[in-house]
Amino acid sequence: MSEQPRKHLLGLEGMNAREIYDMLDVARSFHEILERPVKKVPTLRGRSMINAFFEPSTRTRVSFELAQKRLSADTINISASGSSLSKGETLRDTVATLEAMKVDVIVIRHPVAGVPQMLAEGTRAAVVNAGDGCHEHPTQGLLDLYTMRERLGDLAGRRVTIVGDIAHSRVARSNIWGLKAVGAHITVCGPRTMMPKRVEDLGVHVDYDLRRAVRDADVINVLRIQLERQGTNLFPGAREYSRLFGISNEILAHTKPECFVMHPGPMNRGIEIAAEVADGPRQVILQQVTNGVAVRMAVCYLLGGGVSQLEDDARAPQAAPRAITTIGV
Amino acid sequence: MRIDLDSLPREYVLAGGTLVDPASGYQGVAEIWVRDGVIVEVRHGAAVAAAPEVPRVDLAGQIVAPGFIDVHVHFREPGHEYKEDVESGCRSAVAGGFTGVIMMPNTEPPFDSGSAVESALKRGRQIDLCDVYCAGALTMGRAGAKLAEYYDLGQAGVSTLTDDGSPVVDTALMRRALEHAAMIGLVVAAHSEDKSLSAGGHMHEGYWSTHLGVPGIPAASEELGVARDLILARETAAPIHIAHVSTRGSLDLIRVAKHQWGIDVTAETAPHYLELTDRELVGYSTNLKMNPPLRTEADRQAIVEAVVDGTIDMIATDHAPHAEMEKDLEFERAPFGVIGLETSFAVAYGQLVASGRMPLLELVRRMSLAPAERFRLAGGRVEAGAPAHLVLLDLEARWQVRPQVLRSKSRNTPFMGRMLRGRVAATIHRGRLVHRVEAETRSAATVA
Repeated sequence: MSEQPRKHLLGLEGMNAREIYDMLDVARSFHEILERPVKKVPTLRGRSMINAFFEPSTRTRVSFELAQKRLSADTINISASGSSLSKGETLRDTVATLEAMKVDVIVIRHPVAGVPQMLAEGTRAAVVNAGDGCHEHPTQGLLDLYTMRERLGDLAGRRVTIVGDIAHSRVARSNIWGLKAVGAHITVCGPRTMMPKRVEDLGVHVDYDLRRAVRDADVINVLRIQLERQGTNLFPGAREYSRLFGISNEILAHTKPECFVMHPGPMNRGIEIAAEVADGPRQVILQQVTNGVAVRMAVCYLLGGGVSQLEDDARAPQAAPRAITTIGV
Repeated sequence: MRIDLDSLPREYVLAGGTLVDPASGYQGVAEIWVRDGVIVEVRHGAAVAAAPEVPRVDLAGQIVAPGFIDVHVHFREPGHEYKEDVESGCRSAVAGGFTGVIMMPNTEPPFDSGSAVESALKRGRQIDLCDVYCAGALTMGRAGAKLAEYYDLGQAGVSTLTDDGSPVVDTALMRRALEHAAMIGLVVAAHSEDKSLSAGGHMHEGYWSTHLGVPGIPAASEELGVARDLILARETAAPIHIAHVSTRGSLDLIRVAKHQWGIDVTAETAPHYLELTDRELVGYSTNLKMNPPLRTEADRQAIVEAVVDGTIDMIATDHAPHAEMEKDLEFERAPFGVIGLETSFAVAYGQLVASGRMPLLELVRRMSLAPAERFRLAGGRVEAGAPAHLVLLDLEARWQVRPQVLRSKSRNTPFMGRMLRGRVAATIHRGRLVHRVEAETRSAATVA
């Protein structure tokens, strides 16, 4: 951990390979804890964290909450409907109030892009972006990279194909920034109507032909499709979508045999992913979920005050993982 | 007798200053004799015939120009006085060198009746800092459903008609609006936008909207609106003014309309489109959010070029104040609009004149004479019989846009913190000094 600890995690944009791999290394040491019978460590005892979810979410919120509880942090969840936000209070006032209660970490999910950044500029707490509009979802990006690295090792030169509604996907953007940083080649594939303008300028290859897009891939990351999105005519329907962009065994037959399939969930079986793939041997979807807890433990640990202890031990090589495992004993 | 600007009597001579007067094409030393708010005589390079006892103001080394006119401001009164009112708006205007402004009708209630317009114009006369004009609404309640009474609005004294803030979505209604306005003798100022393309968008659709994950407003939404409105103006032989042009494609269309169709069209752009691009939105500052949105660098360059070549006839600020609490929201929830009166000249001067792209005389034309002629407003000329609406410019001044220097009630400027070059040193409205830069911030050139 030679780098200065990051005060906030707003996105993967701007992070370099070293910073990303350092975080994934910390996540790996927490992953070991998750394999033990007693999965709780006292690392963040006395630290308080708020998960402020201004958009419906189950899996990300539960994943953060479990990560925090396993680190013994005090954790509270608020949602838009249950907060004073629905009483007309501005977001800035809500957060100022939370901060006045002396929380250490605010995990925020919000439907508007840029909100975590706006909050980070006005709070002393560490801010973790748990998804903002169509902008970024950095912990999902990290857990996706973690999962890929588990299977592939160094990701430099690897080929990742992201399939789906790229325009409206914060998962796609965080994957793109993270994968670019570690030197992977990225192809994005999906309908023209769901491809954001000038996406190729993000440094990705664009292909509208699914078979061609997956041919050389080491990983296919399938995005959840929301055909009902905004009631707009983004696509004729589920049938047309699944015939053109659904991942089936027939599609996997066009890939390298070791190529595997990821999905951030929740899945629309039969639309973007066929049941035979979702339940088949080529997917790692539930590993992603487990890895998500480990990655979020690492993020909460690094941003939530675990860092100073880590730095004390950082003089010795390999200190970071050892420090954590020691704490866990 | 020598006097200072701060103590102007009812009759005086401005002497020694360099006059920049687009109406006569003259740029050079001149004397201007003012009595009871009206220019009595102007002599280029010579002395006026005023008696020796008429007090003289020495403006040696200073630039004198016709007072600026902004045909596109939102003063929010009545209805939203916490953002701005006619008085604070006028103070902001004269601080920016403006001696005339046209207030947009999106007030509450809107300027869709003669009586609403009359009371707004009366407020302007009471405050008496600059000439306050009104734009009438094109449709009742600005709802885009029923034509307003243009004869009634015209009798009350409106200078133009617009539903600014919203386009008239119904094309047939827009056609009727243009026809009726033309018969009454009013120019329609079009807010041109295809709402079905821009709906849900919050910034220009391009690389940066993709990067930032913000829903986009494509250039095509403005360009389709401009194309439609120009085609309707041709169809109806009605005069039209295109408001806040921001894209290169809109300029192509306006050039065709002007040069190939030969229709009666003028266009404006705002200083922020000359200076800023969508790239600035990294950081999600809501003070950079306006409609139309900041576009690409290629668009910005095309807009600058179009002001230089005259495709864009005038600069208007689209001064749109919003309270801090309204702008201090999530990006997609904050309202569109930025203020611009007090930075307009400096931004335009920096981009257009200091950069060597066009002479000062032409910038002054686009900020005074051109809007006065198009909308038949007082001012824009420095000649005998004209109202003494003048601005003194300090071209060397460098100043920083800071919250405490702004006269507007609101602080939503996209230029906060920037160093700008060129400043309005003083503003004279109907012969009276209505604004002067504080002594401590005057540069040496102005103090002399």
